[in-house]
Amino acid sequence: MATSTQRHRALGLTDAEYGLIVDLLGRDPGDTELAMLSLMWSEHCAYKHSKKLLRRLPTEGPAVLMGPGENAGVVDVGGGLGVAFKVESHNHPSAVEPFQGAATGVGGILRDVFAVGARPIAVLDSLRFGEISESERSRYLLEHAVGGIGHYGNSIGVPTVGGEIYFESSYEQNCLVNAMCLGLAPHERLIRAAAAGPGNVLVLLGALTGRDGIGGASVLASAELGEGDEAKRPSVQIGDPFAEKKLLECCLELLDSELLVSLQDLGAAGLTSSSAEMASKGGVGLDIDCSAVPLREAGLEPFEIMVSESQERMLCVVAPERVEEVIAVCERWETRATPIGAVNDSGRLRVLSDGDVVADLPVGVLVDDCPLYDLAPAPPQTRLYAPPPAALTGEESPGEILVALLGSANLASRRPVFEQYDPVVQSRTVRRPDDADAAVLALPTGEALAVAIDGNGRRVACDPRRGAAEVVYECAANLACVGATPLGLTNCLNFGNPEKPHVAWQLVEAVDGITEACRALDVPVVGGNVSLYNEAPSGPIFPTPVIGMVGRLADPARAGRLAFTQEGDAIALVGEFAPSAVGSELAKLRGEEIAGPLPLIDERAVQEAHETVRQLVGSGSVRSAHDIAEGGIAVALAECCVAGGLGATVALPEGLDPFAEAPGRAFIVSGSPEALAGLQVIGRVGGDELEVAGQLEVAVSELHEARERGLAKFL
Amino acid sequence: MLGGVSPTVKFGVIRFPGSCDEVDAQLACERVGEAVILWHGDHDLQGVDAVVVPGGFSYGDYLRAGAIARFAPVMVEVTEFARAGGLVLGICNGFQVLCEAGLLPGALLPNTTLRFIFRQVSLEVATSGSPFTRACAPGDRLSIPVKHTTGRFYAPDQELARIEAQDQVLLRYAPGHNPNGSLADIAGVCNEARNVFGLMPHPEHAVDPLTGSVDGLAIFESIAAHVADSVPAGGVPG
Repeated sequence: MATSTQRHRALGLTDAEYGLIVDLLGRDPGDTELAMLSLMWSEHCAYKHSKKLLRRLPTEGPAVLMGPGENAGVVDVGGGLGVAFKVESHNHPSAVEPFQGAATGVGGILRDVFAVGARPIAVLDSLRFGEISESERSRYLLEHAVGGIGHYGNSIGVPTVGGEIYFESSYEQNCLVNAMCLGLAPHERLIRAAAAGPGNVLVLLGALTGRDGIGGASVLASAELGEGDEAKRPSVQIGDPFAEKKLLECCLELLDSELLVSLQDLGAAGLTSSSAEMASKGGVGLDIDCSAVPLREAGLEPFEIMVSESQERMLCVVAPERVEEVIAVCERWETRATPIGAVNDSGRLRVLSDGDVVADLPVGVLVDDCPLYDLAPAPPQTRLYAPPPAALTGEESPGEILVALLGSANLASRRPVFEQYDPVVQSRTVRRPDDADAAVLALPTGEALAVAIDGNGRRVACDPRRGAAEVVYECAANLACVGATPLGLTNCLNFGNPEKPHVAWQLVEAVDGITEACRALDVPVVGGNVSLYNEAPSGPIFPTPVIGMVGRLADPARAGRLAFTQEGDAIALVGEFAPSAVGSELAKLRGEEIAGPLPLIDERAVQEAHETVRQLVGSGSVRSAHDIAEGGIAVALAECCVAGGLGATVALPEGLDPFAEAPGRAFIVSGSPEALAGLQVIGRVGGDELEVAGQLEVAVSELHEARERGLAKFL
Repeated sequence: MLGGVSPTVKFGVIRFPGSCDEVDAQLACERVGEAVILWHGDHDLQGVDAVVVPGGFSYGDYLRAGAIARFAPVMVEVTEFARAGGLVLGICNGFQVLCEAGLLPGALLPNTTLRFIFRQVSLEVATSGSPFTRACAPGDRLSIPVKHTTGRFYAPDQELARIEAQDQVLLRYAPGHNPNGSLADIAGVCNEARNVFGLMPHPEHAVDPLTGSVDGLAIFESIAAHVADSVPAGGVPG
């Protein structure tokens, strides 16, 4: 069995996993079967190190129409409409080839959303790179990942409405590219991915199948990247947004015409995973004739056809009498449609090639029988992350610190990035990037959606449980600033190697923190993604849970803005607030250790603060609202000033450190003195300087200049 | 606006595979009249009074922006319609398509930054002497977004001189607002007969106070007013 041993190990299966497969099948798997099983049993497809843990997350709520397990989660937004959304990582492909990696990340998440029958209406992205000031590679990755996101999103006509980017040396070898998509669908068009109806036909839609991405996402995402990664470059898929645009319009027309029984996108592990999952959900069997699959090049082996990750393909189940109509719609959209198999009641996935059976596996073995591993969490015994190099000496005045913070790559204006994305196509964008803390999209019902995406790896590294909870609170705070009530969230858990106890500990603590915050805010998790093994020889990335949250607001005309707009307006601080320097941006600039604990979270106080801001914004009582996050209250005030081109004079409450952080808990609002009468007023809008009594006095023009140049100088 | 006084203007917005802003254009047109989507593969303009060639990435724009769309079946009818004096508005990719089709002078080259750029820019109305800007006054400032990678207007010296001499530049980027390196800050030009107009900015994304400015409405109102003045009900010129 020496060759067999090499065979399964080369495909990433352990000896024990292979032994289990042999036991389950009662025989050794054939080559095609082993290729299929190795991918279905990979971390990326089977979530074998995270599935048990993810069961802790709350997934139910009154608005949830589809929860985890479907291609995307869906929540009800009233008027018979549902909004589908999901965030997904494309980290490993982007580290190898940033433009195509990021582009196909967007393409993949779009397909997840239209696979449930929703028209994609917005994209957001969350990016992490190494220190941009020190790393030419990080500048290269940033430029090309942003280019790839724009290339795909702009070309397909889906607006990119928000996102976030941070630079930390822990991401030097493992950049993060997480893409989130939202889609909109009438309830009756929502469709599940379950294959059903023995006798029905399996039809493959879209692009030709080629050798690109053989084992791409699933292989790359299931092990650490190391030396010689160029050899993995052929595993990265190439995106074609034009093909996807046609496929998208075609699928939506097929659904509107009620021609499909079910629909599923082809992502990681290609035809194998999409067909096995459809069969599993429907409790049926499938026969697939892989010699019927249209190929881009001749001579693909059956296993290559079954695992190819060629982009822009979908799989659907169609009643036999509707196949002609399906093909006719596809022809109109110049999209290929090929019957490649049939549904039966065998409970087995059979693959045929020129009449020979090349794979015959129980669907359950593919989808359900991969062993799930218990993590062995243990807090780290030694320091995991070196402190960053100090950029400040500690001698600077508060004014100089503020300018340094605004000009730092993490806090500077994202304009040079978001100007490369179209935020307005589809004519529903009420708040664009830089207008407000969350994007706002008008709904046909007259109401609106709000969406934000957040993460803060350094704070989670300091204190995984509280840091992860803070991300949820900050995301909800961003929604509150536009007046929106959260409906649900999606998460992407970006971590290192979970087989290492300290990474397992980060993961468990973070999931518990997210769970606590979700319960406190009563926001369900409706879907998400896990990206593990983001680890280099120098160590793991900062543990980086990314949260994308969707909310609803009644009146888009009253959606909040962040800018101070009116001379003489009062400025108020909303929320109980006891921030600390731990894990802050200033701590980073001062080169301090990455170590906790973060400030306590008073769940009730946070809820009250969010509700207060939501009410103030929703009732039109305030003219601006902005959450206090990175850089503390000084940076929050500066951002409000710069956005409106107006100064402010403020006296901080006794003992409040202007740069200390406790994200998600407190807000800056401005409005007429009468409207803010019952609040904790701390100052006035006006003049052309930001003056914080006893601390600093800086011209708004200088703040603006620092903020504009901070990132632009690297691009 | 036109409210009840004039006959309803019917716009046709072309949909190529890869068009992105056709529904946005349709919504904008519907603020001043009726609008239907015209399929790229049909030789049929459905009796519309004005044609909009919308933004997007027709056929993926993998060859050269607009280079393939000009050969679409429907472009035969669009060209005939234009030659007969019908109003044709090309926005962004539509401008590129109309240049490729020879219906407009000049060409659009990659932005000087070589990057896609989205920006809300300020435009200056160069002349109100066209069916597309008659609702404006010369010197009016319009706040309208641009979003493109290939929007740098270029024409050889002689052609540029002719364009300027014949007052074919309808819109210019206001000083300091040229986002792409266009010659003479040109944001939009018309043909000699003044019935075909192309511009890189997107007036259809500036028609609703909820989602931005409303300055783009002036373009659609101008078209509707011109059609109402010049076309007998239900007729197409020529």
